[in-house]
Amino acid sequence: MTAKKMTKMYLYTRYERFWHWLQMLLILILLVTGFEIHGTFELLGFATAVEVHNYVGLTWLIAFAFFVFWLLTTGEWKQYVPTTKKVLAVVRYYAYGIFRGESHPVPKKKHAKHNPLQRLVYLSLAAAGLPIQMATGFLYWSYNSWEAWGLGWLSLDVLAIIHMIGAFGILQFLIIHVYMTTTGHSISAHIQAMITGWEDVEEGEVVEEWEKHERSATAT
Amino acid sequence: MKPYNWIRLLITGLVVMLMAGPAFSADDAANGEQAPGRTMAQQATKEKKVWVTVDHANVSALQKKFKSGPEVTQACLSCHSEAEKQFHKTIHWTWKAGATENGAVRGKAGHSLNNYCISANSWQDKGCLSCHPGWGNKTESVNCLVCHGQKDINWEEAFTDFTAFSESDDPEEKEIADEISGEIQAAVVAVSRPTRKNCGSCHFYGGGGDGVKHGDLDSSLAKPNKKLDVHMGADGQNFECTRCHTTTMHNIAGRVYTQPAYTDRKSLIEDDLASKITCESCHSAKPHKVGSKANDHTDKVACQSCHIPTFARVNPTKMSWDWAQSGKLKDGKPYKTKDEFGKHDYLSIKGQMKWAKDVKPEYAWFNGSIDSLTAKDTIDPSGVVKLSHAVGSPDDPNSRIYPFKVHRGNQPYDKINKTLLVPLLSGPKGYWNDMNWDRALRLGNKAVGVPFSGEFGFVKTTYVYPSTHMVAPKDNVVTCTECHIQKGSRLAEIAGVYMPGRDKFQLLDTVGWLAILGAFFGVCLHGLGRVFTSNGNGRKEG
Repeated sequence: MTAKKMTKMYLYTRYERFWHWLQMLLILILLVTGFEIHGTFELLGFATAVEVHNYVGLTWLIAFAFFVFWLLTTGEWKQYVPTTKKVLAVVRYYAYGIFRGESHPVPKKKHAKHNPLQRLVYLSLAAAGLPIQMATGFLYWSYNSWEAWGLGWLSLDVLAIIHMIGAFGILQFLIIHVYMTTTGHSISAHIQAMITGWEDVEEGEVVEEWEKHERSATAT
Repeated sequence: MKPYNWIRLLITGLVVMLMAGPAFSADDAANGEQAPGRTMAQQATKEKKVWVTVDHANVSALQKKFKSGPEVTQACLSCHSEAEKQFHKTIHWTWKAGATENGAVRGKAGHSLNNYCISANSWQDKGCLSCHPGWGNKTESVNCLVCHGQKDINWEEAFTDFTAFSESDDPEEKEIADEISGEIQAAVVAVSRPTRKNCGSCHFYGGGGDGVKHGDLDSSLAKPNKKLDVHMGADGQNFECTRCHTTTMHNIAGRVYTQPAYTDRKSLIEDDLASKITCESCHSAKPHKVGSKANDHTDKVACQSCHIPTFARVNPTKMSWDWAQSGKLKDGKPYKTKDEFGKHDYLSIKGQMKWAKDVKPEYAWFNGSIDSLTAKDTIDPSGVVKLSHAVGSPDDPNSRIYPFKVHRGNQPYDKINKTLLVPLLSGPKGYWNDMNWDRALRLGNKAVGVPFSGEFGFVKTTYVYPSTHMVAPKDNVVTCTECHIQKGSRLAEIAGVYMPGRDKFQLLDTVGWLAILGAFFGVCLHGLGRVFTSNGNGRKEG
């Protein structure tokens, strides 16, 4: 295996990074307060946990609307178009190749930040998991208005079950997601990229000239 | 640049969102603004001074020497011509509350029974008549002064003495007679709308002693402080009972015997002639501050459930009565023992009792109606018999989760007829005279006209009292986690509603946490694998 020279590529725009970390903050708060309300532990006190969970949940709804707007207006939604190409290669890489020191089968590119596995996971999160969690959360919050809204047939039990499944799913995603950030070229490479916007890529990959330019311009 | 503006806008929006809520409530507190329900209640009750246009001391019909109780009543009726007719129709007088499907009559004077002294045996048990608002132990002439008189006086003694002394020729005794007559007349003219003391003279002592029955009604409410009852507190609003128990033609609102004390939930804002019997009448259905989570509870939880954290906070109340233990003798004689409250916890003539103070209520869905058994109803003695129970269900929009005192009894029943028995207790042939169950049951059941086979046993029963008095100040309400908690929830027995914190689906929790653990150990193993294959971060450096 030959050593490849590393170079940097501007991968995540300012808004994208902001959204990522805001989302992390909101999700962490929602997980902690949510599980406290569920009775898993005691931290803030039930009443405070409920209040914080409500405010942060509503905040997330608004922030998510901005995210959807951003996706649509910038065309970034294309990053989430699912593909089956090379999915197995990626799975094989994480299950086997990574231990053999192989290169990632689908390196990050400006117009393909997500590998096929990520595409599937993020799409199901952004298009299904999170919206379901937001919808059930919003309905949970508006429980007292159900009758007035003609939603009297809804069952809080069922809603609570779905919302809890979502909570467990997101927590599980969080654990794996955080671990996966350590699989870059160095332990902290992916995290740094999400902070600075610049991701390490192996030289020889197609990196457009303007990207490098901007990097050096900002660096100096 | 565009992105900068975007971000600024977004951050500003989010900060406003996050800060708005807490900032508003902080402002409210700082300005001393209060919950709308409180303001409304204050408006509804601000006219405190009750004024009258009659001074009874100047009424000519009362300027006489009264020789008997009924004579006093006649004097009252000479002006209040309809009062007795009205009163004779009320449950306070008849002690009857309509018939049941099987022909039994509800009420103390009918076939109703409880698990204290069980029954009044159709007036045959004269002991019960001490609370009947007639003169002496008779049920003929209304004693208006039980409810309206404001002077403490022993009427029977006063009239007897007056008659005796006035018939004497001795001028000194004549003078005493005049003195007694003066006292009687002073007591007759000292009348007003009923006060806490008037109502309390029976309702605080129901069951034959202070605090025996209700738990939220005892002599501590004669002159309570705000801490015991925010409405009646003498250092606060100082409500009389009649402030909420409004009256129409001597019918007093608030009965829950057979029918709801209220049939529709209306506030005075919706209907200014509405009865003030519910909390909502004055406080409205959304009484807490705007946006308060407590307002979201009022569709399922009665105000009382949170605002009466415990009952019997000053005086103890009786929690159970085991008649089966009665009849024991010490040295061949009946005896009594007292508990830590100084209350009898054993009496040979009554059995074993338990008293308790500061008691947490039990909770049930309640639509305002109590369903109760009568001496004619058949029971299933294999379990605990619900002598009375709250009517309501989680699906009924008029039902709320409501606090109750539950009194547990063990009382005689007919083993053959499967009915509850109503022993005669007081009097020379009553159980309390010589503790003869057989005769007491025979005479008692005969009095109410229900057959007794002669074979009896004891059955466990429950009897409920809705808690609505002893409303604590707002700083002393039931907290969220007294109900929203998995173990030891006050509402552990309440079904039909999903409560966050109390309820969970164990299977989902188990599978969920297994998945979390799986993910955690999975990534740990994966990480270890990378460490041991020395390929910590994938690509080998040559």
